[in-house]
Amino acid sequence: MSTLEIKNLHASVETPEGTKQILKGVNLTINSGETHAIMGPNGSGKSTLAYAIAGHPKYDITEGSVFLDGEDVLEMSVDERAKAGLFLAMQYPVEVPGVSVSNFLRTAKTAIDGEAPKLRTWVKDVKVSMEQLRMDSSFAERNVNEGFSGGEKKRHEILQMELLSPKIAVLDETDSGLDVDALRIVSEGVNRVKENTGLGVMLITHYTRILRYIKPDFVHVFVNGQVAEEGGPELAERLEAEGYDRYLVEA
Amino acid sequence: MTVTDHSQATADTAHSHGLGTPTPDASRADRPTSWDVDTFTVPSGREENWRFSPLKDIKPMLQAEDTDGHLEWDIPTLPEGVTISDIDTAAAQERSVRAPGDRASAVAAAHSGGARVLSIAPNTVLDEPLQITVTGTGQDVRGHLLVEAGASSEATIILERKGTATYSEFVSVDLAQNAGLNLVLLQLWDNDSVHAGEVVARLGRDSRLRGSVVTLGGKSVRLNTSAAFAGEGARVDLFGLYFADSGQHQEHQLFVDHAVPRCTSRVTYKGALAGKTARTVWIGDVLIRKEAEETDTYELNRNLVLTDGARADSVPNLEIETGEIAGAGHASATGRFDDEQMFYLRSRGISEDQARKLVVRGFFADLVQEIGVASVEESLMKAIDAELDHVNEELAEEDA
Repeated sequence: MSTLEIKNLHASVETPEGTKQILKGVNLTINSGETHAIMGPNGSGKSTLAYAIAGHPKYDITEGSVFLDGEDVLEMSVDERAKAGLFLAMQYPVEVPGVSVSNFLRTAKTAIDGEAPKLRTWVKDVKVSMEQLRMDSSFAERNVNEGFSGGEKKRHEILQMELLSPKIAVLDETDSGLDVDALRIVSEGVNRVKENTGLGVMLITHYTRILRYIKPDFVHVFVNGQVAEEGGPELAERLEAEGYDRYLVEA
Repeated sequence: MTVTDHSQATADTAHSHGLGTPTPDASRADRPTSWDVDTFTVPSGREENWRFSPLKDIKPMLQAEDTDGHLEWDIPTLPEGVTISDIDTAAAQERSVRAPGDRASAVAAAHSGGARVLSIAPNTVLDEPLQITVTGTGQDVRGHLLVEAGASSEATIILERKGTATYSEFVSVDLAQNAGLNLVLLQLWDNDSVHAGEVVARLGRDSRLRGSVVTLGGKSVRLNTSAAFAGEGARVDLFGLYFADSGQHQEHQLFVDHAVPRCTSRVTYKGALAGKTARTVWIGDVLIRKEAEETDTYELNRNLVLTDGARADSVPNLEIETGEIAGAGHASATGRFDDEQMFYLRSRGISEDQARKLVVRGFFADLVQEIGVASVEESLMKAIDAELDHVNEELAEEDA
């Protein structure tokens, strides 16, 4: 049982126009096995929240705390956070020329576990996971994200999540830009990992569509750097019907 | 990754073309070659072939005077059909494939007191690579070396240069008809060495040259490699791998001269740079003369910049004097290993040091395999790792 506890988180970013405060006091607790949907309009700071948790150097944490099972996440380097059990599926995965997917996956797995995976089981795990995500085996020899389509990049993110077995995963708009078939495959992958490992999920999304495939336990409406409203799955249905206008007027 | 291919240039990448972009030489073919040092004035740094060079380091090599220094040669027991001998200056000039093409190599040839000749007899086939190591002992050295591959011979020669020296050289490589030569030049100098070399190869009919250059060490290394086709049906593959840290200047100039029909050339050079003052230069000239119909040529240079401040120049030039060619192209790309790539890898648990290693090893892997000598490939990957450990230490110090 793991818990990610975000308290009063404030984060800012340096822009040419000066320092811009983006997160303005975020409170959120995610336990193993729970799925929290973070929904909000563009520019509300959802992605910043994801990057701040993962430790992207672009964002300064100015106030607040993030704890994973009592350990201070904000004190950890980016790779230490991953080793502690956090995973960020990125909205725009980065191309890394010259590094094959198979080499990348093995290196990451070895880093996270502190030892190289047993060759035979590892090869099988990779193969099975790739098959379930409908990824052709030739992917393994391609360079990381190089020339991948949008859907391929997202499936590759979920492949990593499955193989690295984190405690808590932040999925940053994993559904954006996917057609229904790809969305279904990716969602199945997330549900499978949840079922097998008890993963806790922070599902950041702009659209309600993915919630038909990944059922949230909690829905948080994110507006202007804060959680504006919280509720159960029914809140998502209301958002689907009404959109975010109500919150924007208030903001 | 910024890619420049035929049309574009990046901020850090000078990129010019023989066609359309005038250079001080009207054609690459017009550059003089001579045994007479005075044919070449002392370069000012504005000349096309010297404009990127660290003239301050190279200056001592431009003085037309003898030095009494030498390198220590470690020569293994030579297999049958291979000889090493010393000849006087007159004979060396006679047997070289052509005269030197710049002042540094002209001085080297004129003031080396003769030349050393490595000769492979016709029809000799070496099953094992022949490795010769030369070591500098802190002296100023001028050298003239001849490699002669006899008709239908097959050999792999590895020439490793290490230690400390201020070394200028002129190397003549002569491939007789149907000879196959894999020549590997390793620049593994200590970090206070300065090396200026010119390697000129002549390829006889149906001959095959694989020329690999690996430059990791040295304060300044400037290596000019030329390959000229003298007979039809020959092929040259020139590979280069370099890795510059802070304080290192590594320059590789290439010239492939297609003077006869139906020859093939491939040039593939890759370099990594790390550290604020790391500097690399690559100039690749290819000339397809009027007679050289059915020529097939491609040259490629890729640079990977690992840290801020490092500078890679890449200048491919292609001159084509006939329309009857099979193929001709070049590509030059200088990419950065940027913060976003670093963040992505680290967010998967991979440490900063490991991330850099992963990327650099991946960048060089296919090139290292091309060298085609297992022992060299293995030690090279280790040497690259050692370079990276050094880079990581340096970056850690900068952060501290």
